[in-house]
Amino acid sequence: MEYAIDIASWLLLIAGGVFVFIGGVGALRMPDFYTRMHAASLTDTLGTILILLGIILQAGLSLAAIKLAAITVFLLLTCPTAAYALANAARLSGLTPEPRVSDAEES
Amino acid sequence: MVTLFGVFLLTLLVITAFGIVRAQHLFVAVMLSGIFSLQMAAIFFILDAADVALTEAAVGAGVATVLMLGALALTDDRERGPKRHRWAPIVVVSLTTLMVIYATFDKPRLGDPEAPVHQHVAPWYLEETPQLIDIPNVVTAILASFRGYDTLGELFVIFTAGIGVLFLLANPSKRGARSLLPSAEAEGLRHHLVPRVVGRLLVPFIVLFGLYVQFHGDYGPGGGFQAGALISAGFILYALIEGEGTALRAMSFRVLRAMIAGGAVLYVGVGIAGMLFGGNFLDYSVLADNPIAGQHLGILLIEAGVGLTVTGTLLTVFHAFAAREQRR
Amino acid sequence: MEFLGLYNYWVFAILLMMGLYAVISRANLIKKLLGMTIFQAAVFLLYISMDKVDGGTAPIIQAGAVDQLYSNPLPQVLILTAIVVGIATLSLGLAIVVRISETYGTIEEDEIRKMDEE
Repeated sequence: MEYAIDIASWLLLIAGGVFVFIGGVGALRMPDFYTRMHAASLTDTLGTILILLGIILQAGLSLAAIKLAAITVFLLLTCPTAAYALANAARLSGLTPEPRVSDAEES
Repeated sequence: MVTLFGVFLLTLLVITAFGIVRAQHLFVAVMLSGIFSLQMAAIFFILDAADVALTEAAVGAGVATVLMLGALALTDDRERGPKRHRWAPIVVVSLTTLMVIYATFDKPRLGDPEAPVHQHVAPWYLEETPQLIDIPNVVTAILASFRGYDTLGELFVIFTAGIGVLFLLANPSKRGARSLLPSAEAEGLRHHLVPRVVGRLLVPFIVLFGLYVQFHGDYGPGGGFQAGALISAGFILYALIEGEGTALRAMSFRVLRAMIAGGAVLYVGVGIAGMLFGGNFLDYSVLADNPIAGQHLGILLIEAGVGLTVTGTLLTVFHAFAAREQRR
Repeated sequence: MEFLGLYNYWVFAILLMMGLYAVISRANLIKKLLGMTIFQAAVFLLYISMDKVDGGTAPIIQAGAVDQLYSNPLPQVLILTAIVVGIATLSLGLAIVVRISETYGTIEEDEIRKMDEE
């Protein structure tokens, strides 16, 4: 049984790490502000929640697990809200998403 | 493994500091300084300083960033680059870096248990705290009881900063005859539905967590300073969402001034009560029937005083910036 | 292996000097204040690096654990005070910068000095 919990938590942690890494690569490679926001916010939320679930499995049934579950709920609420607020602020200050035909050598 | 993580974080810290110095758009520099504070908090946690990590994260990455953004909103947010490239500062700075690095070769390596800093006072504190004060968190015991006089001085520094900011920013600016009441444009995020809903849901929990940190400072990382920063962050979030006018109606400047002064009076009052009961100034052992209960009572009261003053000051500074009329 | 044992102190030296460089060579007042916060953070790093003990844990005494090594609590108390004093100084400095900007119209130090000489 302990073996199964260990393998499950390892899988969750690795999956979370992979998602955060993909988010980082996306934030660097995407051409425009809005696409970068999209890449960074979605993957970061999911990656952080997977990592926290992996740690909850490791903590077993204890006070620490309840505190970690509270942190997970808090992050689930605030990460998407922060991304929305950021994109909204960019839209209100006039940054418009530009349609791009080819992404040849734009930064 | 943890050492490698620490080395990686320290390298990131240097790169972030380089970015702060070189950034010409000040908004970018302020955001990078928030990231810098968060990395410092992670490094403090790796080095076993849990209280300090909590304080740095709450104060440095949270409240300081908001205050700097408030100041940026009232001034320019671009830096004009240096007109001529000056060599003297770079030369002076490089020579001093090399001298300091040369001096570090004499230091004991990181984590050495035989280092002189671990020999004299620290073991005394670690042994005597369970007998004299009987609370698990040794850092709170030293801060509140063994070195309570220093904490009183720090409380007065925060008090002075709050009063100083009120002196500087309380008079109306030259254009317009407004006082500290905000204008109609400072409406906050009234038209943005998602942050309003989520923010209103979160503010009571943030304040509750701040109170938990305040009263739990004896048993885990926590205490008055961290709690003050957290509770003021909750109220700052409320002010950002609902607008400056609503926040000032909820907690006016009069209440904030009373909080700032009340915390300091509570702290000094506990000290004087110690004298009235027959002990020295800030001697908590005489406050209750047996010395340990007296210590607990004294620590509880002065941490409450510290929390009150820190909350009041941080909120005062934020409102002083936010209620100031904007230049443009 | 001396490298890993002293890396914290080298990073302290580099951050100290970066903060000092920002204070003495940049003309913008807010950039000077940011350099001051980097300088302070470097000093915090020095003190907290000195408090770590190999195999120790945070200085919160756990009931019933004998022979547990604890890290040194004293630098943590000093730095706790220093962090809060740092933000008090920063807020006062920012208030002064706001007043200067309203009076002179700029926050570049050389332009302020030129306006004062006139």
